[in-house]
Amino acid sequence: MKHIFLLFLLLCFSCNDNVKEQKKVISEVADLEAKKQNSALDLEIYDYDGLEPLINKVDNKVHVVNFWATWCAPCVKELPFFEAVKEKYEDDGLEVLLVSLDFPKNYESKLIPYIAKHNLKSKVVALDDTDQNRWIPAINKDWSGAIPATIIYNKDKRLFFEKSFSQEELETEIQRFIK
Amino acid sequence: MKRLKLLTVFVLVTTLFAFTGKSVSDGYKIGDLATDFSLENIDGKMVSLSDYKDAKGFIVIFTCNTCPYAVAYEDRIVALDRKYASKGYPVIAIMPNNTDVKPGDNMEAMKARAKAKGFTFPYLMDKGQKIYPQYGATKTPHVYLLEKTRKGNEVKYIGAIDDNYKDATAVTTKYVEDAVDALLDGKEIKVKETRAIGCTIKV
Repeated sequence: MKHIFLLFLLLCFSCNDNVKEQKKVISEVADLEAKKQNSALDLEIYDYDGLEPLINKVDNKVHVVNFWATWCAPCVKELPFFEAVKEKYEDDGLEVLLVSLDFPKNYESKLIPYIAKHNLKSKVVALDDTDQNRWIPAINKDWSGAIPATIIYNKDKRLFFEKSFSQEELETEIQRFIK
Repeated sequence: MKRLKLLTVFVLVTTLFAFTGKSVSDGYKIGDLATDFSLENIDGKMVSLSDYKDAKGFIVIFTCNTCPYAVAYEDRIVALDRKYASKGYPVIAIMPNNTDVKPGDNMEAMKARAKAKGFTFPYLMDKGQKIYPQYGATKTPHVYLLEKTRKGNEVKYIGAIDDNYKDATAVTTKYVEDAVDALLDGKEIKVKETRAIGCTIKV
């Protein structure tokens, strides 16, 4: 009897393993599909957990992260300033990341054409995560959620701005980090 | 002379900073009493909270025509008013943008949009942009749920309408509905503040 019970248990476990294995395969296929799709669009799309390491790098660089969208007029207005500082301070170890909050349905119709048209040199990723009430305060406790918003950080210091920048203002803030 | 100039610059810069700093952190917190107003509606009449003698409170929503987030929520704002106006919590929509910057939000455009979407609630122009800074609204859409008390209109909830701007059918938490339901049931509101992405109010 004991043996039968053990056998039963064993069966259960192996059965469980099978299910897990299947799930894994399915998720891998899904990942592959997603990757294929993204490469066709040439756009990296993340949820907050995926984005988090990209906006919390610990290295010797100065990082500028700008949250924007093609529909956001003040964001689009200041984008050239971010492009300009990337160009100007790249050799000083500045890295710019543009995080688009465009609606996913507009990735292909608006965001990707915008990146191409304006020949954006900075890295652009899209954040697609509807649980904004989780990730907005996680990015900064004082962020109301209005964009544009910008983080400037290095491994020691981190500043958050819920505002529009002029190029001069942006450079002033960056120079504090670079000097 | 040079010193005076420097001093002037210093004073100017510090006041400027004090000012920008203030505009971000100011505004109502939960439990504050919200100001009433008299703002022009799309029908040309002036609307105040005090006009609503029978209301138990208000769902004040800063919204506009031109923000994709606000547009994504239009139908849900109409649904809120349909559901709660009769229960004593009407929607009061206020358009806070500077229409010189955003002509798509001017009174004519507001009228057209309200008609097209069948707004059942007042859609008011924050002319001179005096009201939204007092509330502390920073973006559209931005909700302030008020409860009428003996002291005045008390702020009970600040934030987003629900937790999915993309897809109304995929919403898991209806923040505003939950808050109004709690008030109607005389219960404590569980989630009193939420954040959401929105369009900066245009000044």
